[in-house]
Amino acid sequence: MVRAVYPLQRPIVRFSGRLLVYSYMTILAVVFMFPFFWTAASSLKSASDIYIYPPIWIPAVLHWENYPTVFHLVPYATWFLNTVTVVTLGTLGVVISGALVAYSFARFRYPGRDLLFLITLGTMMLPAEVTLIPSYLLFKYLGWLNTLKPLWVPAWFGGGAFNIFLLRQFILSLPHDLDEAAIVDGASYVRILQSILLPLMKPALATVAVINFIFGWNDFLGPLVYLTSPENFTLAVGLRYFDVTPNQPGVPEFHLLMAAVVMGTAPIIALFFGAQRYFVEGVVLSGIKG
Amino acid sequence: MSTIHYIYHILRTITSGVGVSLPRTSLSEPGTSVREIAAGRSLSPAPPASIPQHLIDTLGLKTPARRREAMWGIIFAMPWLLGLLIFVIGPIVASMALSLTKYDVITPPSFVGLSNYVTALTGDDLFWSSLQRTFEYAVVVVPVGLSGSLLLAVTLNQKIAGTSIFRTLYFLPSLTPAVAAGILWQWLFDPQVGPINFLIGSLGLPKPGWLASPGWALPAVIIISLWGVWGGNNMLIFLAGLQGVPAELHDAAAVDGAGRWHRFIHVTLPMISPTIFFNLVLGIIGALKVFALAYVATQGGPAYATWFFALHIYRSAFGYFQMGYACALAWIFAMVLMVFTLVQVRLANRWVYYAGGEV
Repeated sequence: MVRAVYPLQRPIVRFSGRLLVYSYMTILAVVFMFPFFWTAASSLKSASDIYIYPPIWIPAVLHWENYPTVFHLVPYATWFLNTVTVVTLGTLGVVISGALVAYSFARFRYPGRDLLFLITLGTMMLPAEVTLIPSYLLFKYLGWLNTLKPLWVPAWFGGGAFNIFLLRQFILSLPHDLDEAAIVDGASYVRILQSILLPLMKPALATVAVINFIFGWNDFLGPLVYLTSPENFTLAVGLRYFDVTPNQPGVPEFHLLMAAVVMGTAPIIALFFGAQRYFVEGVVLSGIKG
Repeated sequence: MSTIHYIYHILRTITSGVGVSLPRTSLSEPGTSVREIAAGRSLSPAPPASIPQHLIDTLGLKTPARRREAMWGIIFAMPWLLGLLIFVIGPIVASMALSLTKYDVITPPSFVGLSNYVTALTGDDLFWSSLQRTFEYAVVVVPVGLSGSLLLAVTLNQKIAGTSIFRTLYFLPSLTPAVAAGILWQWLFDPQVGPINFLIGSLGLPKPGWLASPGWALPAVIIISLWGVWGGNNMLIFLAGLQGVPAELHDAAAVDGAGRWHRFIHVTLPMISPTIFFNLVLGIIGALKVFALAYVATQGGPAYATWFFALHIYRSAFGYFQMGYACALAWIFAMVLMVFTLVQVRLANRWVYYAGGEV
């Protein structure tokens, strides 16, 4: 309405306003991206360049050999493999067992179901610290300490309250007529899940998978508590181990540490770009885990 | 119970507001099947269908088809029933019991009554100071983090080209693993040769010692957190909330002569208050649980300047192997978190507005 009164001013106001918004957004982006830039630049510097002051922003000679050097100093390839193992097995467990449990909560009637669902939601309010010590003792009793099992086996038991909640809500949003028609046709429940619901649930399952993959990749407390010898570390605890390794002559220095950080972060960012659609939808629902 | 209902309601509000994975209509449409009402609606705080439906459920078990349905339902729920027992309820009971004992993992636990709790509250120098550090951290990170995320979301919510690129750029820091963030910021904050002190020095200001100085370590950890928090999940959730505000409301307010600022205060903020509440509850819980970042960036130091409560629990358990004492600390921590959540739920009906009307 206001615009109609001053038609002549409109294009100018719009243009300068937009310029302002874009410069503001660009400045913010530069601030947010600077730590990444500094990390990448440092990872390509020589041992002598990194301590030069004032700082060298872009090294004249790019020392790509820093990356292979990391693999010689620490069992980085093993850490990477361990992380991929834990995260893949854990994500599979969450998706498969979570889908089964969500199906039960969404489509079946049995006594105690609503109470069970309330308890499930209630577990989301419990801080991990409370269950951490008994879980540690349980895994110690099972002889699982210093193995990868404590980090992925529990994921096969339903995948936790948040994932169950998200998948259940999704199944509830699917029309019930489909399963009912299948029941009339004599299909078993397993078959309904397999051939009707699971194909329709693909977007929700992808969302759950991506979120869990990223949380698993970044998890620190679990591996810190359960893993003790470096050859069993995941990347998160491995990076920290590399960070605090007592200084042998010349290592680890920040250029090598930064190369390790780049390699530990890049896969997650790559995954994000590949699965951005599922991730952005999912993360909006995932705050509960953060 | 009411807290769970509330959280459930908020989750549902947000999941339906996003409208992507969980279509809004099918969750809130009246006249859906009885089964859906029983499943989806009975958790709303005033559930008219819940109790009768429950009776029907029980009675319904008399037919073979319903018995079969119930049996399969329980079979499908079995992984979680076991998981709940083994990894949640069992540990909760064990943790409560252990908190009343002295246990160093090697010798069997010995019952000591409430003395772990008494020690924590009266005889542990680091208990109150770590609690205080944690609150100092949260008092800054939560409001500054939330308002920053909201500001970014409002900026990105404009109908101009290129916002999705900026959204991605702002979001990337939150994907960085806490360990990686801790390490790379150690290097950014390096007092002698780091780029941050270079910038501060070239402005002619005194250079702080950052992570190495007792006075600056906490602000430094807060800055690292904010880098990850501002553009992270909160921003995306706010963005989804802002996109759910009907344009007609803005138009109507504009016709009445409200400027941008007034529309933001009187239209946008009330409409996204459920989203603010959601982010606030989770933001406080998340901030009070701060661990990995401080563990990596400062190891709680220097001089315990960043010795947060979660670090205190961790060291008692896995540094000193005082398992009983650590369980008592964990329960005190759980109580603190629960009190905070409950207070917020109680305060919420004063300022959270649900457009749908039903709470």
